Amino acid sequence: MTTLASHPPSARDEIRAAILDIAPALVAAAPIGLLYGALATTKGLDLLDVALSSGLIFAGGAQLAAIQIWTVPVPIAALLLSTLLINARYVLMSASLAPKVAHLPLLGRILGFHVLADENWAMSERRAGGGRISAPYFFGMGVVFWVNWMAFSVLGALTGPLIGDPTRFGADFAFTAMFIALTAGFARSRLSILVIVASAAAAALAHLTLGPPWHVLAGAITGIAVAALASPGEVPA
Amino acid sequence: MSTDGATLFAILGMAATTFACRISGLILGPRFRPQGRLRAAFDAIPPAVLTAVIAPTVLVTGWPETVAGLVTVWAAFRFPMLATILVGVVAVVALRHGLG
Repeated sequence: MTTLASHPPSARDEIRAAILDIAPALVAAAPIGLLYGALATTKGLDLLDVALSSGLIFAGGAQLAAIQIWTVPVPIAALLLSTLLINARYVLMSASLAPKVAHLPLLGRILGFHVLADENWAMSERRAGGGRISAPYFFGMGVVFWVNWMAFSVLGALTGPLIGDPTRFGADFAFTAMFIALTAGFARSRLSILVIVASAAAAALAHLTLGPPWHVLAGAITGIAVAALASPGEVPA
Repeated sequence: MSTDGATLFAILGMAATTFACRISGLILGPRFRPQGRLRAAFDAIPPAVLTAVIAPTVLVTGWPETVAGLVTVWAAFRFPMLATILVGVVAVVALRHGLG
């Protein structure tokens, strides 16, 4: 993954690296986008609704959860609470990435953070590796991921009524498998494995007792608390 | 194309909520330099959140999802992401239909 030291990487190289890094997530997000578009039409959303939601919300987990609880009349309070709980992680994720993109233009950061999803965030964090990340890499990845999600959710809304139940093809599990792969990338120490086990147990328990979307908050807070308590906690001088 | 008021309001509300979450970290970020236990907590955010989102699907949905989830975990430590996803999807389809 290291570049040759003789010359700095060009913008084209950076965009190419971004597309290569995000390619598996693009492929994984495609069936999820199709699934979202197809399921949305079964709840009475039209093509414009699907395009607006995917373009403006741009959060697969929250969008799929919203479709699950979507009824007529529209339960606006429940939809907003579900979205807040599922996407509260973005506060922490964007706070973590912010120092690594602080050198980029403000408007670009605002637009770039609007299209910050789990996958391109995880890749950007890995690319930055505690340091800086280039503008072509960060923005290129965000744009490609946004266009991909838009295209496949609209395609899902168009073709959904024709292909029937997408879960027959295991399309729903692509999302789960992708998250397992992303999580495995962070399982590098005994502490991080402890965090994953604690989060999984708490999320499953919360799902059984409180129901969705509380499992996201319960798992996240439990995992974070375990890390804080189990870490040696020494402060560098 | 007949987007009604309540649907549009819900979509815009969800978009605003999500954008607020994403942008608040950007405002908070550069001044926020955690150390010690706080740093450990911060480092735990990605695996804790990613795990929490999918844990119910893997652990409390049904045995095909649980077994396919374990197979996917096994694959995740050996194969690239795309191969891992393929293994997971093939496993869940086989367990749900072929072997169920």
